[in-house]
Amino acid sequence: MEETKILDLLKEKFPGEVKEVLTSLGDEVVIIDKKALLSLVTYLKNKPCEYTMLLDLSCVDYLGENPRFEMVYHLFSLPRNRRLRIKARLGEDDLRISSLTGLWKNANWLEREVFDMFGVHFEGHPDLRRIFMYDCFEGYPLRKDYPLRKRQPCIKFRE
Amino acid sequence: MMEIKRKHRPPARFITTQFNSVLGWARKYSLFQYPFITACCGMEYMSTACAHFDLDRFGAGWTRFSPRQADMLLVVGTVTQKLAPVLRTVYEQMTDPKWVVAFGTCTVSGGIYDNYAVVQGIDLVIPVDIYIPGCPPRPETVLDGLLKLQEKIQHQEQDWRWKKRKS
Repeated sequence: MEETKILDLLKEKFPGEVKEVLTSLGDEVVIIDKKALLSLVTYLKNKPCEYTMLLDLSCVDYLGENPRFEMVYHLFSLPRNRRLRIKARLGEDDLRISSLTGLWKNANWLEREVFDMFGVHFEGHPDLRRIFMYDCFEGYPLRKDYPLRKRQPCIKFRE
Repeated sequence: MMEIKRKHRPPARFITTQFNSVLGWARKYSLFQYPFITACCGMEYMSTACAHFDLDRFGAGWTRFSPRQADMLLVVGTVTQKLAPVLRTVYEQMTDPKWVVAFGTCTVSGGIYDNYAVVQGIDLVIPVDIYIPGCPPRPETVLDGLLKLQEKIQHQEQDWRWKKRKS
């Protein structure tokens, strides 16, 4: 399969869900509706695309924009040595997106990290709890509106 | 047995000192260390502890990996809020007398990590005797810090078990 045709293929297969496609720094980027994530990624993981590896999964907070958050998924095709980036916007009022733990085991901890830092809820995640911060921590520290100097000590400090 | 010939023999063949001073002398040259290493400063600690710079020259060569057997706690590297209870437990498990060395800028003040996750200086969690700044400190700095700690131990009021504690 020709590398450049993956975007055309996706547009053809998911006409309503794919919002925009572009190429950035040599990698294909596809911006989709968040409801189509699981079906699109399942399609990409299997033949003929074979994006068999989930490299990374993260979130970006665009404070002031609407929808505010953006999930970013990095897939990698081992047979063809190509990367693909998937982006999906999430509104602040509905921070939910389907979990990819059924497809990739490593999505488990990556999604826990995003939940810990941004408070995104992954539907279908088997064990969605904080991974870096302690359980009594309140708020989501990588959100842009988290106070810069706010400290939440885990134990009582001296003096 | 060969007799040791000295130029100036002590007249009565004994010396007088204070028990406090002897105890300080003994303690400062037999520091058993517990390295609490969390980050990159650990590399510098390894360099200091190994043969090239050789912490053992100053009597602090024996690393104990149980806080119950150690009397110098070396806190090396960034201490996060999540790790703070662990550090306090380790400190509380150490038997008296005990000393704490804050090794590197992160332990002294939080360093460059002025954020939600990092304790801004371990003296918020446990009492500290010597602060060694540097990011990371050079082995010479560490050795200098150790010598200063030894000086502090020598001159402090020694606490021993059979001495009844006030309060």
